[in-house]
Amino acid sequence: MVIGIEGKHSLIQNYIRMNKTWWKIFGSVLVIYTAIAGLLLGVPRLPILNESIRNLYFHVPMWFAMIVLFSISVFYSIKSLSSKSEIDDMKAVESVNAGIIFGLLGLVTGAIWAKYTWGQFWSFDPKQNFAAISILLYFAYLILRNSIDEEQKRAKISAIYNIFAFPMMVVLLFVLPRLKDSLHPGNGGNPGFNSYDLDSRMRMVFYPACLGWILIGYWVYSIRFRIRSIENKQQAN
Amino acid sequence: MQLAKEVKYLIHKEVLLEWRSKYTINGVLLYVVSTIFTCYLSFVSLNEKEKLIWNALFWIIMLFASINGVSKSFLQETKGQQLYSYILSSPAAVLISKTVYNTLLMLVLTTVALGFYIMVFSDYTPPDLLLYYVAVVMGSISFSTVFTMVSAIASKAGNGGMLMAILSFPIIIPVLILLIKLAKNAVDGLPWENSYDEIGMLLVVNVLTVATSLLLFPYLWRD
Repeated sequence: MVIGIEGKHSLIQNYIRMNKTWWKIFGSVLVIYTAIAGLLLGVPRLPILNESIRNLYFHVPMWFAMIVLFSISVFYSIKSLSSKSEIDDMKAVESVNAGIIFGLLGLVTGAIWAKYTWGQFWSFDPKQNFAAISILLYFAYLILRNSIDEEQKRAKISAIYNIFAFPMMVVLLFVLPRLKDSLHPGNGGNPGFNSYDLDSRMRMVFYPACLGWILIGYWVYSIRFRIRSIENKQQAN
Repeated sequence: MQLAKEVKYLIHKEVLLEWRSKYTINGVLLYVVSTIFTCYLSFVSLNEKEKLIWNALFWIIMLFASINGVSKSFLQETKGQQLYSYILSSPAAVLISKTVYNTLLMLVLTTVALGFYIMVFSDYTPPDLLLYYVAVVMGSISFSTVFTMVSAIASKAGNGGMLMAILSFPIIIPVLILLIKLAKNAVDGLPWENSYDEIGMLLVVNVLTVATSLLLFPYLWRD
């Protein structure tokens, strides 16, 4: 894998940009704050949910981080189709890898919450099923990558599948659950984490949690990308 | 207008090739008929109470038959054939002609399959057969738009069958959920107003799929 002089130059630029530390510290402080405040600050008393409403701080930000990472991946897939650069392809695949971690964490935190409020880890709720299917979509993307040996061809074909699959994931996660009855908070007339019960105390923790986890997700992705590019450089030498 | 002309010729070519060998249509028809017959032998009859199973079974059979039928479109062409058509025509024309041809193929296939299915499981027929047929037509269109593009991707990746299934299932599931819901409305005999949402959503998803396919195929078609 040979990266030209221009490629090396932009690689170095990437290091400099990603190595800035302020947003990493900011993200870590936000996540530590939400972990402490999320468990200690007061929450509204709602029937059924009770204290489990605190899961909002830990479950929902996972999905936000996943969506942001998958959007980054689609962005770099589109970019790699026109630029044909290996770096863009690496960014696309590493943000999918990081996004899948957050998707799985979202499923696990949701399932643990469901055990205590619905009685079962997995109760075939549409939201659970659709989230699982959209994770499958990205596993299929990774398997497609593994099946092609030639690097440029792999970059091109997997980018095409990634872009083709993204609108379907949006339909799965945001449109279909609205057409079906679900037990999930905010659906089918259940008390949701909506404006009326997301009171100001919860907002003070929820919004920082989302921002913090998105930053942490981006950090995970940038570390993975840097490890991958160092490995590639070693192989080239 | 150049595009319309190219599409017309390419569809004519596809139909002519199929008419000469009659391999895909006969193969998939036999596949569907024997699957339905196997289901009939294992269920013997599905009465009024089991109409949900009746519906689910039909869509499972259609899903696998259409994967087998549509995936042929790109996978069975040799490299030389593909090169030849790519020299002569634009990528959009190739994709549109394949999609239209697959839609025609699927329409014939699903119509015959539905007829045979109703004949075999004669204990139960959906009360609103016209709406059920609308669902079947929508299904043929959606299956062919999605599977045509996925089969193009799978054929470029080089290892056909298994990859085709892995790549297409997560994409087709949202469409399938809408289709089953629409078909269930027909099975329950609900008035048509209740189904406009699903029909609209299916149309939107299809337009979305065709649009992204048209945008992406020019990057895919040439090695």
